[in-house]
Amino acid sequence: MANADCIVIQGSNMAEAHPVGFQWVAEAKARGARVIHVDPRFTRTSALADKHVPIRAGSDIVLLGAIINYIITNELWFKEYVTAYTNAAQLISEDFRDTEDLDGLFSGYDPETGSYDPSSWQYDDSGERDETLQHPRTVFQILKRHYARYTPELVEETCGISKDDFEYLAKSLTDNSGRERTSCFVYAVGWTQHSIGTQFIRTASIIQLLLGNMGRPGGGIMAMRGHATIQGSTDIPTLFHILPGYIAMPTAGKHDTYEEYVKAVGNKDQKGFWANGETYLINLMKAWWGDAATKENNWAFDYLPKLSGAHGTYQTTMAMLEDKVDGYFILGQNPAVGSANGRMQRMALSHLKWLVVRDFSMIETATFWKDSQEIATGELKTEEIDTEVFFMPAANHTEKAGSFTQTQRMVQWRDQAVTPPGDCTSELEFFHKLGLMIKERLKDSTDPRDKPIQDLTWDYSVDEHGEPDAEDVLREINGYHLSGEKKGQNLNAFGEMQADGSTAGGCWIYAGVMADGVNQARRRKPGQEQDEMALEWGWAWPANRRILYNRASADPEGRPWSERKKLVWWDEEQGKWTGYDVPDFPPTLAPSHRAEPGETGVKGLSGNDPFIMQADGKGWLFAPKGMVDGPMPTHYEPPESHVGNPLYPIQSSPTRVLFSREDNLYAPHVREAGNDVYPYVFTTYRLTEHHTAGGMSRFLPYLSELQPELFCEVSPELAEEAGLVNGEWATIISPRSAIEARVMVTRRVKPLQVLGRTIHQIGIPYHWAQGDEAVVSGDSANDLLGLTLDDNVQIQDSKHNAAAIRPGRRPRGEDLLDLIDKYRADAGITVDTGMVQLDRSFVQPENPLQAEQTVVDGSNRGRATISAGRKSGGDDSEKGSGAMTESSGSTGGDSDESKSSKHTKETNAAPKGSEGPTASSSGSTSGDTEKRKDR
Amino acid sequence: MTALMPKLYGAEDPIENARWSLHDAKDRKAFFTDTSICIGCKACEVACKEWNQNPQDGDYEYLSQSHDNTGELGANTWRHVAFIEQGEDEVAKARESGRRLVSLGMPSIGPKTAMTPEQRADAAIAGGNVDTTPPDTPDFRWLMSSDVCKHCTNAGCLDVCPTGALFRTEFGTVVVQNDICNGCGTCVAGCPFGVIQRRDDGTISPKSEPGDHDDVKNMGTANKCTLCYDRLLDGQTPACAQTCPTTSIKFGDHTDMVDKARQRVAELHAKGMTEARLYGANPKDGVGGTGAVFLLLDEPETYGLPPDPVVPTKHLGQIMASYAAASAGMVAVAALAFLGGRK
Amino acid sequence: MARITPLNWPAVRQLTSGDLFGRGPAVKSQVSEDLTARTVTADSMAHSVCPYCAVGCGQRVYTKDNKVIQIEGNPDSPHSRGRLCPKGAASEQLVNSPGRITEMLYRAPRSTKWEKLDLDTAMEMIADRFIEARRNHWREKDDQGRTLRHTLGIASLGGATIDNEENYLAKKLFTAAGAIQMENQARI
Repeated sequence: MANADCIVIQGSNMAEAHPVGFQWVAEAKARGARVIHVDPRFTRTSALADKHVPIRAGSDIVLLGAIINYIITNELWFKEYVTAYTNAAQLISEDFRDTEDLDGLFSGYDPETGSYDPSSWQYDDSGERDETLQHPRTVFQILKRHYARYTPELVEETCGISKDDFEYLAKSLTDNSGRERTSCFVYAVGWTQHSIGTQFIRTASIIQLLLGNMGRPGGGIMAMRGHATIQGSTDIPTLFHILPGYIAMPTAGKHDTYEEYVKAVGNKDQKGFWANGETYLINLMKAWWGDAATKENNWAFDYLPKLSGAHGTYQTTMAMLEDKVDGYFILGQNPAVGSANGRMQRMALSHLKWLVVRDFSMIETATFWKDSQEIATGELKTEEIDTEVFFMPAANHTEKAGSFTQTQRMVQWRDQAVTPPGDCTSELEFFHKLGLMIKERLKDSTDPRDKPIQDLTWDYSVDEHGEPDAEDVLREINGYHLSGEKKGQNLNAFGEMQADGSTAGGCWIYAGVMADGVNQARRRKPGQEQDEMALEWGWAWPANRRILYNRASADPEGRPWSERKKLVWWDEEQGKWTGYDVPDFPPTLAPSHRAEPGETGVKGLSGNDPFIMQADGKGWLFAPKGMVDGPMPTHYEPPESHVGNPLYPIQSSPTRVLFSREDNLYAPHVREAGNDVYPYVFTTYRLTEHHTAGGMSRFLPYLSELQPELFCEVSPELAEEAGLVNGEWATIISPRSAIEARVMVTRRVKPLQVLGRTIHQIGIPYHWAQGDEAVVSGDSANDLLGLTLDDNVQIQDSKHNAAAIRPGRRPRGEDLLDLIDKYRADAGITVDTGMVQLDRSFVQPENPLQAEQTVVDGSNRGRATISAGRKSGGDDSEKGSGAMTESSGSTGGDSDESKSSKHTKETNAAPKGSEGPTASSSGSTSGDTEKRKDR
Repeated sequence: MTALMPKLYGAEDPIENARWSLHDAKDRKAFFTDTSICIGCKACEVACKEWNQNPQDGDYEYLSQSHDNTGELGANTWRHVAFIEQGEDEVAKARESGRRLVSLGMPSIGPKTAMTPEQRADAAIAGGNVDTTPPDTPDFRWLMSSDVCKHCTNAGCLDVCPTGALFRTEFGTVVVQNDICNGCGTCVAGCPFGVIQRRDDGTISPKSEPGDHDDVKNMGTANKCTLCYDRLLDGQTPACAQTCPTTSIKFGDHTDMVDKARQRVAELHAKGMTEARLYGANPKDGVGGTGAVFLLLDEPETYGLPPDPVVPTKHLGQIMASYAAASAGMVAVAALAFLGGRK
Repeated sequence: MARITPLNWPAVRQLTSGDLFGRGPAVKSQVSEDLTARTVTADSMAHSVCPYCAVGCGQRVYTKDNKVIQIEGNPDSPHSRGRLCPKGAASEQLVNSPGRITEMLYRAPRSTKWEKLDLDTAMEMIADRFIEARRNHWREKDDQGRTLRHTLGIASLGGATIDNEENYLAKKLFTAAGAIQMENQARI
């Protein structure tokens, strides 16, 4: 990043959330790079940037789409790069229709399921390319038409960004891209936490491909992830939809046979490394089930459980409310505070039979039964909560050895410094023991369902304290030879993996981390003694590459695009790729090589196909697969928006995942009556001084004293309008909950003029919680948030929500519920409000920019409104499942997301499958289900 | 060699003046805090507390001062980050006042010799490919600055300490020796910056359990930044400077730090940021210059720093002279009286 | 350490040291004389990585008597260069926080308080419950007769701050048990 000539930070508050990473931005700036921060708030990142561009939360695709339009219209794209390395020249199917043709929908939309059939988005069967990019069905021309209406005028009206500021941003990017210069984008959860968040990232990818900034030093898109090994926990996933190495979990109905499954894991007809997907899968199965996985039994395919739909954390929470889940393990996480709709989370905990919380401190998730907000309001009573709670003290990072994978895919090993005190144990010891105990209990079972546990390989060496040897586990992750001369030796690279059962490896992308039997993640050659790639510090997957797709740093002939931006290149004499980084390309594949038509896998790659994990070796300006909500990013308004979609008659994402429930009420959007009851936008975020839900910061005096209380940031104009005074209290009310915070009046938040109205944005950090154990406590911003998910990744929309604000503290106890109720009643909210999947109730005016935000009088007014919490519809509200009221909020922030692992995702889309109406809450409403996508 | 008598006030080399040359004098160490690249993360505050095992401060109060909930330097807080939000008028004023300082050729500010605009641009470009267009006056800015003990060349706290608890180290820094300090508090009044404070019960909040370090050390004594004397003895960097993510806090030999500071101010001026100025780099100021030099982007008062700090002993010479004269007079009177009495 | 003798009385030193005003070597105390950084006297130093955000800053963990006495940035790390943010700088307090819980605690159904529980007993109880929950909510087939072979009785959340090796064992065990509801911070 220090090599960038321009850095655009958008959807990230890097200086605050990643201060040490920000040193590279500071360094780039000192070297002359221009730094621009696009964010609703002026933050500590903005303070160091050359320019801060305030933006209305949720309007990013308009801004980025307009940059695409600017690049194309002004012919500023990097022609050689785009033509050679992207799919710009590819012809798309004749059946494809754009949102411009279908009033905001792509072809293939099924209004019954609220989802797309992407078959019309495929490449034309002929496989034809038009290198002149003139054919109307080329990706390039489609892209050009798609973004033609994304103009600086639209940006001004929709994002609240002046034409001058837009010009500054667009010109900074284009001036600093090309052969000699590169620009990079930085994002974090400010992009991912939207109902169309994945598409925000896609838009930036398109810009970076058009400008030739991918795979080059100082270019790319940096995902700033929020947790020590959030990357590692996606690679070796504790996620429902994938197995280690981004291998999709099988889904019933789609992958009922091994053949169907293998095709989904790695279609052999494609180019690149994913064509070997089956090999990676077989190695995983051999690592897990050893001799029990054979060719004859399809490598124990039957041992893998099959998904029946989305089993994300929020779907699981709703299953808990229906008493479908008995036990819950919480490992270094604090969902009572950190997850969206906090009240729903806490109510769900009260439905469990047992809960295991493993943490350092007595976090609020462990104490919900005695000091949560719902105890205070009387919705829960300690003496009536049946949940057994096990609080297990955990060993911390100094008390165990192991590896973390940081945000740029680098795996770093930690040595153990001390042994854990008291009853503290590592998760490694915990899971190892638990596995042994379960195996012991089931060892004599004849039930076939217990076979996968009986056959599970589980022999790890243990030290005198009972702690398994973490390196032993890493060896299995890396992989090893099962037979032959090298039997027992570690694999040196994933290329050594065999599909015949002679090798095993738990996570193919980590193969090589134990190359030569040496823990490569433990390498610590001082940075001062290495060049800036520092290849001998830790180990980055895959194969220790630091910059992915770095073949693109050289021109089609294999020469660096420029001396200044040299990274890897073709060495004609040696007949191989070489350079400062490990080439991310088959080492001897000459630039001039052209694969025979019909060749697949690695053999199918030509010398000018740098994007080796994509099915065609090219960077995708247009995504024929992998995205469930469209091949190109398109602007839709956030669900609780105060303005109409200026581009299409469809208001919000037609594929967003909705939960129409009494405990997840939504504010009316601009086209519904009652929108003015929650007139402001709020956005949640983190502070430097705290960490996520506070488990590792609010319990420490040194951090707590730096930010002791929850506050909300408001502009002087909003303070004036709402009667708020700096330093005093305000109450913020959403349809889910109401919280109180100290008022911080600051010019760092500016009202924006958007589509003829003034939009006030309120910033609220989310680190606090109600509880008795932490050093500092306060209300939890996530209680305000509702749940609407991005269907691509099942991440919630927490960066743009509607709220009201008023001076003073919130009411206590049951009175709090009355306050929430009052606002709901004023807005006429029902479970249907905002829950129409495909809302076209708005008639597009002729000139969208003059659109009056007319309100269509929804049928909601006058219908029974939901009452907060207490028994509303007469169902058994006793235990809270359906009848609860609503409540709250969100996430926190941190969602770091798995969106960053794009290249693997695009070839391995999360399985999506629908699980039927299971998640619809009991007791909640009826009607309109066919329009909704309840998962 | 040195003059036999150390100077009571006005020494330019504090190490020499304490006669460390007869022992094991080291190069004078200093901080240079470049506030133009501070991101206000407060890592310095925490790293300082953690290394020095200082107690948590205050009562976990929200101070309504932007992101500053520390408030000020004190017995427990030896680094403090100030946050100042400013609008267009204030920025323009700061730029103008800085520009005037430069044109006055004040010794502590700006390059040692006036540069032509071309030279300035060249100097800036020399570092790399620098955008030399002056920035538009932004309509808003957020200043952040990490304050610390100044380790004055002529240190008031040290001069007034009656017990020898405060002393000048071989690195030229000023350190409290808590084993000597009797908590008299004279030094508190002697510091023109209001840095040094006595650690007392009032600073320990009852709310800090269970987060309390069980024993609070050095209760009742004066406390302030030691420039990590213990770390310096082992050749290490002070905790705050080592942790600073953007190198806003730099540490090194005093002369290098002052040079760096001058270079940096020149660089910013070349970019049109005439609001940049130095604080504490002028050996002719009221404390003889400081061992903690700052690059500020506005008047010192904006950051809560005194514009013209003066060590209380500056006038000690005159006072002593008057006192000596008065004493002599009294002695004479007494003598006369005595002589008279003999009559 | 020198014993106090009349020769090192401060007043004498003030005259003999040349530091006539007693502002330097003349008043250096015995504690100051003996001062040294605790990183130097530590028993050992372990290489580690900051447990907070995903930048992955290198840390040096100094220990004495099996206790962490100091954590600071590792200047050798090429990407963090010895620097830590306030959270990273507070790591020692995270480790030694007096608010840290080091004993196994249990809250029985409907109880109003925590009680201590033997760790091994707790493990046995959890293993029993795991197996029971797995059985209670086992789904062999879906309503169309397609194989599911999974259980919805057990869920987990976490992983972004625990080690890759730990996540690996957790995922392996859960998957073998058919417990598919495994999630972490990446989706929150």
